[in-house]
Amino acid sequence: MSAMIRCGAAVLLGLIGTRPLTAQTIAITNATVYPVSGPKLDGATVLIRDGRIAAVGRVVSIPAQARRIDGTGKVVTPGLVHVQGALGLGVGRALAEETDEEYTAIGGTTDGEHEGDVSAAFNVLAAIDPNAVAIPVARMGGVTSALTMPTSGLIAGQAVLIHLTGQHSADMVLLTPAAMVADLGDGSRSAGGGSRAGALARLRALFADAAILRRRRADYDQNRIGQLSAPADQLEALYPVLDGRLPLYVNANRQSDIENALALAADFRLRLILRGGAEAWRVAGQIARAGAPVVLDTRDNIPSFDGLQARSDNAALLREAGVTVILAGQDPGGQMNLRFEAGHAVRNGLKWDDALAAITVAPARAFGLADRLGTLEPGKVADIVVWSGDPFEFSTAAELVFIDGAEMSLKSRMTELRDRYKTLPPSY
Amino acid sequence: MTRPFTSHRAALALLPLLVAGCAAGGVGTPAGITSPAPATGANTQSWERAQYPSTYRRRPNPPVLITNATIMTAAGPEQRGSILLQDGRIVAIGPTLAAPAGASVIDGTGKFVTPGLIDDHSHLGVYAAPGTFGENDGNEATNPVTAEVWAEHSFWPQDPQIPLAIAGGITTIQVLPGSANLIGGRSAVVRLIPARTVQEMKFPGAPYGLKMACGENPKRVYQNRGPSTRMGNMAGYRAAYISAEEYRRKWDTWLKGRKGDPPARDLKLETLADVLRGKILVHNHCYRGDEMAQMLDLATEFGFKIRSFHHVVEGYKVADLLARAGTAASVWADWWGFKMESFDGIPENAALIQQAGARAIIHSDSPEGIQRLNQEAAKAMYSGNRAGIPVTREQALRWITANPAWALGIDSVTGTLEPGKAADVVLWSGDPFSIYSRAEQVYNDGWLVFDRNDPARQLKTDFNLGQMAPGVGR
Repeated sequence: MSAMIRCGAAVLLGLIGTRPLTAQTIAITNATVYPVSGPKLDGATVLIRDGRIAAVGRVVSIPAQARRIDGTGKVVTPGLVHVQGALGLGVGRALAEETDEEYTAIGGTTDGEHEGDVSAAFNVLAAIDPNAVAIPVARMGGVTSALTMPTSGLIAGQAVLIHLTGQHSADMVLLTPAAMVADLGDGSRSAGGGSRAGALARLRALFADAAILRRRRADYDQNRIGQLSAPADQLEALYPVLDGRLPLYVNANRQSDIENALALAADFRLRLILRGGAEAWRVAGQIARAGAPVVLDTRDNIPSFDGLQARSDNAALLREAGVTVILAGQDPGGQMNLRFEAGHAVRNGLKWDDALAAITVAPARAFGLADRLGTLEPGKVADIVVWSGDPFEFSTAAELVFIDGAEMSLKSRMTELRDRYKTLPPSY
Repeated sequence: MTRPFTSHRAALALLPLLVAGCAAGGVGTPAGITSPAPATGANTQSWERAQYPSTYRRRPNPPVLITNATIMTAAGPEQRGSILLQDGRIVAIGPTLAAPAGASVIDGTGKFVTPGLIDDHSHLGVYAAPGTFGENDGNEATNPVTAEVWAEHSFWPQDPQIPLAIAGGITTIQVLPGSANLIGGRSAVVRLIPARTVQEMKFPGAPYGLKMACGENPKRVYQNRGPSTRMGNMAGYRAAYISAEEYRRKWDTWLKGRKGDPPARDLKLETLADVLRGKILVHNHCYRGDEMAQMLDLATEFGFKIRSFHHVVEGYKVADLLARAGTAASVWADWWGFKMESFDGIPENAALIQQAGARAIIHSDSPEGIQRLNQEAAKAMYSGNRAGIPVTREQALRWITANPAWALGIDSVTGTLEPGKAADVVLWSGDPFSIYSRAEQVYNDGWLVFDRNDPARQLKTDFNLGQMAPGVGR
């Protein structure tokens, strides 16, 4: 297995887009541009300089030395931001939550796991493999950044936002930690002694104790306070969450779990992002008033006792109520299919512009990167996709993908396999 | 939600010897029975009697004329025109047709009509929602060979996933046992209609399928008792079919003379003997190309054919072998990387299989995917076209209609829009290969089982009532 991984990594070295040694100036001209920060622009130019967006508009002066890309008939959007998964953790697609033994049977793909059900101090960064084969595959779908999450536990740990390029994991980091990942759904009943009520009580106790520890650190060090609900290092890791600097990213599907998460966030003044949200539409007004974004998987309309009232038009109903909707699911084809999740949401009633925002600016803003990602505005990081048409349609392809202003290779292990077997028998 | 993928990804293998075409419409004779004719009465024995026969009856529906639509027949080029459904059949397709008395006339302007979609790999009803242990009925994972079990005996007609699939334009599915076992049991081919019993849904005349599974799943499930390797898997299939050969010989000899006591009945071997007789179609879960070549050799050794491999993530590596064997390939559009044997999945798989001359099928194996089978076909078609592999819209439509109908042995009845065929028809709001299109109406054997604009024509299972969100096919 390890030999195979090494071999795969060697093959891929040539495929991974690397940062340019000298910054390029690039002009994509005469395209249909969706800046997301404003209305669609027809016949517009996007100018990229030094890895940043320099200008967007119908009238842009293009420096003479700029590389010109004819965008006639093309659609230009910000790079897509995928915020639910485990991209880079292990060699495969490695989506979060696929902990079924069938999926963990592929050894080494589950670096998001951490022993114990409270792992607030656990950060997945060191496990991110810049050579993971899933990364170039995700880029093929126009995904340029992703949240890489720890997998399981009442508090699974710290997620990291990465750029989908870089020779070393440190090069990839956009923000670490980007979120504290927690679970108030069915999966956490065991952490609560068998009940979700117990899980909620433990989560509350953790935040209460984190506040106590910070306030009475000296007493703690001198053994003058009773036992806390977690070791000090775990509670210390919750300080940025208590401060509202780090969002608490909570899986909750049942209406009651969602309401519990909202109450927890209100009581401790936490920045909450909901994930799952199968029954969120039932309490859309409450969620909107709390200002909590919801990350949805648009494929998820199958009833379970963790969310009997799941429905496909959840995103549309939430948006109508004023909730910030983010789309990011766990499509079995991988992150490259994120754009189709947006299309599914449109089919089920979400406005097209809201669907594009839900995979660009909305996740960037929710995770604290709105100053850098998510829109095509001067000064922002040049994460840009040039599409052959409507990005949500199956007939459309991502033709050019830029990260940090550098054009990415759209080759992957998938395309190598395809080309080898395009004619049979293959010539090995 | 935290519904993990259930551990039942499986494939089927098929037998080539097809049962003769099914009777169109009406109640046919159950297939796969060893006796010449079902008998009744005190002097008969169990094996002589009907084995869980279909009680399906076509429901009455007024004639339906859809006008001025784009009609994708899956048996020829697309055409603008009308299609007339009457008494459960497709009566005519043409530029303009007259509406018979009492017909519902539907303006199809801007809309598309296709055959009802067929998913030849589903676990609806056997891995029903809401996904509790209580309804986890898809894998009899107690022995590597359980040819004696029948999926229909697990099937729950009130599975709330059924209305979602209907709203996606699905009219017929093959319900398969899971892939824990080398030989997992018989499949059931059912029409997706509201019903109290699976017997009412069983597709009349459809031959049974047999689920077999290669690779990681059986060797993982049985690693402590064996098989725990792929060579162990092969030894397991071979031992089972050697026993089946002997059983078949004993019975066939006895049936010729009917002298003395008949051989002891063995349900496991009865099913496998019918595979050897060509009465049961083998559906074989198999990911890796080299492993499919082993299974084709196994089939040759025992004189049966594999009707379709399922999942076939590496089908593009051996598509020429599949074409030569006449074995179909039922695939996902682009699933990959969820286990080692799925590591080499590529989105051009179906297109490359098609290009090599093998019969490609898009299957779901998923309660989510089954709601969008047309879109998965679209994704696979466009992925192929982008890579320079020509796939026509008609071919891509056949991946989810005529080809799975062939895999299930029901292609003489359904799978294309042709006069005389069953009125299994979907009216789409737009191009079914666009992500924005939805099924507006679904006719199953002429019966309007889904209408997006009529809540009374949106099935609610018992499970839906009083606890699930309103609106079906949302």
